[in-house]
Amino acid sequence: MVKKNRNVAIVGVGQTYHKRRRPDVTQVELINEAVRAALKDAQLDIADVDVVVHGNMELFEGTYQGDMWHVDGDGAYMKSGIRITTGGTTGGTLVCATDNIVTSGLYDVALCIGFEKMEEGEATGGITGMADPLWFRWMMSGALSGASFAERLEALTMEQLERLELVAAKLRVQLADNAARNPYAHLRMKLTIDDVMNSRLLVYPLRLLHMCPESSGACALILASEKKAERITDKPVWIKDHVTTHLEDFVVGVITEAESTMRRCARKLYERNKITNPLKQIDTFEMYDPNVWWHMDWMTEFLFLKPGENIEMIAKGKTALEGDFPINASGGVVSTNPIGATAMLRVAEAALQIRGDAGEHQIPKEVNTAMASSFGGSTWSILNLLTKEKPM
Amino acid sequence: MSREEHNKWAYSIPGKLALNYIYYLGDFNTKFFTELRDNKRILGVKCPKCNRVYMPPRSVCGRCLSKLDEWVELSDKGTLLSYTVVNYSEPYQPTAPPIVYGIIKLDGADTGFTHLLSEVDAEKLRIGMRVQAVFKDKREANIQDIKYFKPI
Repeated sequence: MVKKNRNVAIVGVGQTYHKRRRPDVTQVELINEAVRAALKDAQLDIADVDVVVHGNMELFEGTYQGDMWHVDGDGAYMKSGIRITTGGTTGGTLVCATDNIVTSGLYDVALCIGFEKMEEGEATGGITGMADPLWFRWMMSGALSGASFAERLEALTMEQLERLELVAAKLRVQLADNAARNPYAHLRMKLTIDDVMNSRLLVYPLRLLHMCPESSGACALILASEKKAERITDKPVWIKDHVTTHLEDFVVGVITEAESTMRRCARKLYERNKITNPLKQIDTFEMYDPNVWWHMDWMTEFLFLKPGENIEMIAKGKTALEGDFPINASGGVVSTNPIGATAMLRVAEAALQIRGDAGEHQIPKEVNTAMASSFGGSTWSILNLLTKEKPM
Repeated sequence: MSREEHNKWAYSIPGKLALNYIYYLGDFNTKFFTELRDNKRILGVKCPKCNRVYMPPRSVCGRCLSKLDEWVELSDKGTLLSYTVVNYSEPYQPTAPPIVYGIIKLDGADTGFTHLLSEVDAEKLRIGMRVQAVFKDKREANIQDIKYFKPI
């Protein structure tokens, strides 16, 4: 078990309605919408907050000291503040870092904010322009540059591939159905298997509808120390543990480790929390799934599934909202992707499920334990473990 | 040693960041810039809780997080709170040197904002001097619709 100085709970959850474009607001105003929602949810005033932790993907906002630019909206005026940018994982790192500073005893009530207004920045320009300058920048073509399936695809027969494509399409339809029940989700379209199978091919076998969108939106969470949390809300969601793992390859393509960061991250989390059967001991999983192929692959990695078990689970609807082990009841990242907020939304949605406050996309079965993952370059993984029961 | 001399033995790779950012004004700021462009009017906004009139305006008060929508018309005249004179040339600068930057508090506002000063003798710049906005003839709904401030 990880040694925490004191327990920390999520006591407020706020997010914006996520859309492709929000020309009606500035970044400051967009962030303010999420902050306002989180404060309202926690029934707190900004004066009750001790510290503001702010983050997004570096360079996507296109200003220096974004945390200072956003002060009017995020409520950090004359408060302590920290800016965190860890790429795609930022939202997850924000939660980890905020949990750390509250458990440390430095602050009692902390507000953390992840955001991205992707219509304003140039995401692909940012990703490609910032890759390793000596070896990789010249050929980096965006978030898909590193998406290699060759070692998997070569081992499959045509028949197996066709079956996989069908399951990928079914999964995408399932996630679209979930998103349709989540009023905050960006893509809330009704999809059919044919829609998915016939969408434009990007990198075989990845099609346009397999891929996450670019969204504009923000998420804010309020974390509080045990004593404060129990005074603020009767439904605290406890942050029991979190683990962060990296791979050494900053230059994509250098594979020297047999075990993925996802598996390594999960192994450590399970060991520390005595989880021997994740499918039984965890009630739902909010996964950072940039596309449905990675969603399928990472199920195996994060949940220690047997070969083919992921495909069986999806085919049988076990990961659907009403299934035994719902994954991404929110619609996931393939439905909503304001990058700096994306990983935090996984934690926020997991917390709402534990509280029973997810509304139309609430999982019908009881949710006591939920796991949320973060993903970023290069294959950087974070897992946050949330519980209804207060950790010992 | 100059960069040219270094480059004889120290090979390098040029960066390639040239990002096409675009920033929406949002509904709130659009009102400010439309008034500036169409009527040469400078609007501030008042916080009902702090009683402070902000210029530049903002839709949220950073101090108390109140929503702000009480627009206040400000004078095109104001007071110089601070200034600096730049005498060297760089490609990113808005005009040729000498460039006079000033922080101006418009009459009716509680906060100052940074803009350019012109038609002024650098030797005669003084904190507290009175200045007035000079507007561009062809205005495009951005802060450069104010060309500069001049002494009065």
